[in-house]
Amino acid sequence: MASQSSDFQTLSRRYTADKGFRAFIQKGMSGYYKKRDQNKANFQDWQGARDLAAEIKYEAINHLDKYLLEFEEKITARGAKVFWAQNAEAAREYILKVAKENNVHSIIKSKTMTSEEIHLNDALEKQGFGVVESDLGEYIVQLRKEAPFHLVFPAMHLTRRQISDLFQKELGSEPTDEPEKLTMIARDIMRRKYCEADMGISGTNFAIAETGMISITENEGNARLTTSLPKIHVALLGIEKVLPKLEDLSLFLPMLATAGAGQTMTCYNTMYAGPRQLGEPDGPEQMHIVLLDNRRTELLADAEQRDSLGCIRCGACLNICPIFKNVGGYSYGTTYGGPIGSVITPHLRGLKDWKHLSAASSLCGACTEACPVKIDLHHHLLQNRRNGAKTAPNPLEKISFGGFSLMMGHPSLYRLASGLGRIFQPLQGLVNGTILDPLRSWTDSRKLPTLAPQSFHEQWKKQRNRKL
Amino acid sequence: MNGGRAIILGRIREALRNNPAPRPHTSHSQSEAAADHNGHAQREWLPKVGETLPERIDLFAKISEGLTTEFQRVPTMSAARHLITKLATESQWKKIGSHSHQDVDALLEEIELPIVRTEKGYAINDLESCDAGITGCDVLVAQTGGIMVSVESAGGRALSVLPPHHVVIARTSQMVPDLTAAFEHVKQKYGKQFPSFLSFITGPSRTGDIERILVLGAHGPKRLTVILLD
Ligand code: SF4
Repeated sequence: MASQSSDFQTLSRRYTADKGFRAFIQKGMSGYYKKRDQNKANFQDWQGARDLAAEIKYEAINHLDKYLLEFEEKITARGAKVFWAQNAEAAREYILKVAKENNVHSIIKSKTMTSEEIHLNDALEKQGFGVVESDLGEYIVQLRKEAPFHLVFPAMHLTRRQISDLFQKELGSEPTDEPEKLTMIARDIMRRKYCEADMGISGTNFAIAETGMISITENEGNARLTTSLPKIHVALLGIEKVLPKLEDLSLFLPMLATAGAGQTMTCYNTMYAGPRQLGEPDGPEQMHIVLLDNRRTELLADAEQRDSLGCIRCGACLNICPIFKNVGGYSYGTTYGGPIGSVITPHLRGLKDWKHLSAASSLCGACTEACPVKIDLHHHLLQNRRNGAKTAPNPLEKISFGGFSLMMGHPSLYRLASGLGRIFQPLQGLVNGTILDPLRSWTDSRKLPTLAPQSFHEQWKKQRNRKL
Repeated sequence: MNGGRAIILGRIREALRNNPAPRPHTSHSQSEAAADHNGHAQREWLPKVGETLPERIDLFAKISEGLTTEFQRVPTMSAARHLITKLATESQWKKIGSHSHQDVDALLEEIELPIVRTEKGYAINDLESCDAGITGCDVLVAQTGGIMVSVESAGGRALSVLPPHHVVIARTSQMVPDLTAAFEHVKQKYGKQFPSFLSFITGPSRTGDIERILVLGAHGPKRLTVILLD
């Protein structure tokens, strides 16, 4: 019950105490900051672009039924099958069914956070299907049996040495400290997998209602191979990812690249309109779109935080977040980490277990500023705190805030309390930061300021008396 | 057979009914542009592109350099043939992939290597063992330094991504200013009969997954050559 929250505390303490780790993450980000700023500066007006992106998402999400139906109609007409999955289980079962019916032997996947959300790999493996992640970062964390550390950079927490050791142990390759050589080891392995695989599973960055297409953004080319060579293509698609028009991509593709990785454009932005059509030389015979709700409609029903469904999973809010940079991706214990994860996880997985995440913020607002679609992230964190306090009040907090407001509302009580404070402060000094200190959780990393010998009120009174 | 369609749609409608979300805080009044635009409104905010063809070609060349796309301008098809012969010798190509396409066929006229042609289907392993894939393209995009390919212009889905070197032939008339123009081109050319695959390729395949250090040729081509015929 309280375990998610205490796990968060334990892990975040451990990561934060590791200075080397923090410096490593910081170093990894430094190149990104520079390139992101250069690319933003190339925009004639980045703020104007954000405004327009927010407006387009507002339109799409507030007419979600209409655009989903249009998308479904168009892509079905092109021969794709659309399956509406209410929850993770329904999505997994459908994909398993497709795999079984088609006698699938080997499955290759390109990067999809949605599949992490529904724990697809576990389900497939349990039924005896071999699944390989083809994105380099995802492949590395898969070999380590870990979850991705970051939405966009899954293996950014690992050094080349760790990756070399991993490859040596799992793949029998020669040790090397060159990222290029490590990349080529994975490339060679994956080449064989693409040629053998009979099912490719991908995510989706955008779905286009007007034309019935899905759009996938990637740098490596693995998603293109995953969706070209196997005879079945399954695309996971969160219901919130639909955009009205094809031209909307001319705004979203460069914005995603800039905010997410500091690029002008990501290397491959591919739009798929159905499986292989008549007369086309290659491509899958079947295309299945798994449209996933999994409590996104709960978020939709919360008008105050509905804009968070506009998230394009660029990761910019993680990259800028002072908390994320210190506690890292694993402390959160969620599929979606960082500020956006702290906002949506309480909706997707229950406020009771996840409300502590809204405290994992300094409320500095850097995330809101970084977000290309202008999601009001830090205010949503505050709202989650409020909602958390409403649904599951903490009795101790209730008493102390009750006491506080009583004191602040009565000057005589306030004076009494500050008088007592001056008497007890020296005693607190004796136990400062130790287990006996009642203020320990505050004082173990901070110094308690000394109360002034005379309050302002007392000084004021004295001065006036002197003058009169 | 379509799962929880009715339930999900019901939940969506229920969530939206009489429950308006606050409008985004935007400094420009762009709601109309968002509700009914053709992509032109975006040009005001996106990176600037020059008005003339030479400016656009220069921009494309500049971005290509940053991307390590090998951008080559040639005056004539015979110069282009010369270039591809040189590439083939230097890189010791033994087998290449190509497809039925006027400019591609003209480009490869003097090449005497075995060629895997994709237009009528091919064996995956056969294409995988090619040293280069030679394709046409739909348009070149000045704003991003990218090329747009489709099933038709690039011989299917895999030819432009499976072999380790992708060579594209294009003409200056195919240079468009931005992504919006590229989409307009697509809509005009195909009407409602889109090919099942359209892709913007912006530089050779890359990854930064190991310590955020750039490595070219992650899964797709390590080299991308764009030959622009004047
Ligand atoms: S909330 Fe905004 S900044 Fe964060 S991942 Fe989503 S789109 Fe990017």
